[in-house]
Amino acid sequence: MTTSGPTTARLSPLHDVHRASGASFTDFAGWQMPVRYSSDLAEHHAVRERAGLFDLSHMGEIVVVGPEAGAALDAALAGRLSSIAEGQAKYSLLLSDDGGILDDLVVYRTGDDRFLVVANAANRELVADELRRRADPFDTQVFDESDDVALIALQGPDALEVLQQTPGFGVAGPGNDEEDFDAAVAELKYYRSFPATFQDQPLLVARTGYTGEDGFELYLAPGLAPSLWEALRETGGSRVVPCGLASRDTLRLEAGMPLYGQELTASTLPAQAGLGRVVALSKEGDFVGRAAIERGPAPDAPVLVGLTTEGRRAPRAGYEVYRVEDADAAPVGAVTSGALSPTLGYPVAMAYVSPELAETGTRLFVDVRGTRVPATVVDFPFYRRNA
Amino acid sequence: MTDVTSLQYTEQHEWIRLEGDTAVVGITDYAAEKLGDVVYVDLPAVGTAVSAGTVVGEIESTKSVGELFAPVDGEVVEANQAVIDTPELVNSDPFGDGWLIKVRAGDLPAMLTHAEYRALVGE
Repeated sequence: MTTSGPTTARLSPLHDVHRASGASFTDFAGWQMPVRYSSDLAEHHAVRERAGLFDLSHMGEIVVVGPEAGAALDAALAGRLSSIAEGQAKYSLLLSDDGGILDDLVVYRTGDDRFLVVANAANRELVADELRRRADPFDTQVFDESDDVALIALQGPDALEVLQQTPGFGVAGPGNDEEDFDAAVAELKYYRSFPATFQDQPLLVARTGYTGEDGFELYLAPGLAPSLWEALRETGGSRVVPCGLASRDTLRLEAGMPLYGQELTASTLPAQAGLGRVVALSKEGDFVGRAAIERGPAPDAPVLVGLTTEGRRAPRAGYEVYRVEDADAAPVGAVTSGALSPTLGYPVAMAYVSPELAETGTRLFVDVRGTRVPATVVDFPFYRRNA
Repeated sequence: MTDVTSLQYTEQHEWIRLEGDTAVVGITDYAAEKLGDVVYVDLPAVGTAVSAGTVVGEIESTKSVGELFAPVDGEVVEANQAVIDTPELVNSDPFGDGWLIKVRAGDLPAMLTHAEYRALVGE
């Protein structure tokens, strides 16, 4: 049973809109956010088949600006952010000195000397503090603008069409009209963004997301969020379904995307989570965590794998993984996320297991509340959309 | 349409309807909504002896797992195959087609009235 959050919970600028839509709320990183509006399965399927609308205003938005902003981020984060072009985005990690993951981030280069760092809500203050501290030697400034930025995601195969049909959008700058916007959004590639307007107010349109579908994330002023939300719903009609955090979690799980606090923690090295490629060891200069990453995880450190299981009982976070059915055997790992996949119809899970058991096809068992359920190691993602 | 005011309730969010010496058991709309979309139901086999207050089954949603407690002592005489095949019945019709088990019961323990149950869940 869920419990109601503290009375001091933060509220999204869309809170009243959600209440009017009959949303159920959950406490998430100190925010009261919609967990579902009616059915999390229906919301999940809507994103896979049509489009879903998410309020992600709890996410943290931290702006790094200045002549050395790129160099500062190269020193502060795991990736080579200085090399991305204006309009590009990059998935990155904030590491500790020990190489552990303090947060996973999407970094947008929104100008020659300007970056937008999007952090998980629970880590917003930590990320802002660390970026300030790590950027201090550079000619740059760090602003936590989270309170002044709302985030709406429109995800699913119909997202592009709905965005184009919704009135009120324009591109930023001269030649600002709907046709320019429709063309710009159609041409926008994955992990790219561009400055646009809605009702003559600025917003950032990004082709990013956390669902495994095509889609967009729209960053804008909180005061503008209700108008945009209502406009997308009105234009989308039955194609656009408001979606809560429950469906967001099953969507990202099917897409094989790790979640901070589940798969990623301060004691996880990127290589353990399959994120070794996110760390740019070839970049010049030092960055926080470099020495620990170069040493690498211990040879027996557990690694993240995908599991599918037989039956319909889903492995869930914390359930132990075994190599054999024998009840006396010691566990060889533990589940971090799991669900009966709404799209695939069978249980899928993420788990950390001993590295010698990480090979695709390895047969394992998950203890599902006292029953050893046969499991198989599979490749990520569990679900991939048809290109 | 089931008259929910005629049912008895437990603090574990089950409802009970007496049909002679048989108790029909399900979970309430409140419990179903809290669980979210039910995707799997595990029920005791016919013939299982159950005792009041013990866990006899599971109701699993996309997000969580709820336990089914036997509200009475007795023997399971039927498990709802329709709900095993179509778990979403627990959400769509918790007091009707979404019933879970029938238990041939001896003496019934004291249970909550509809008004008492509604007060319990703050409605």
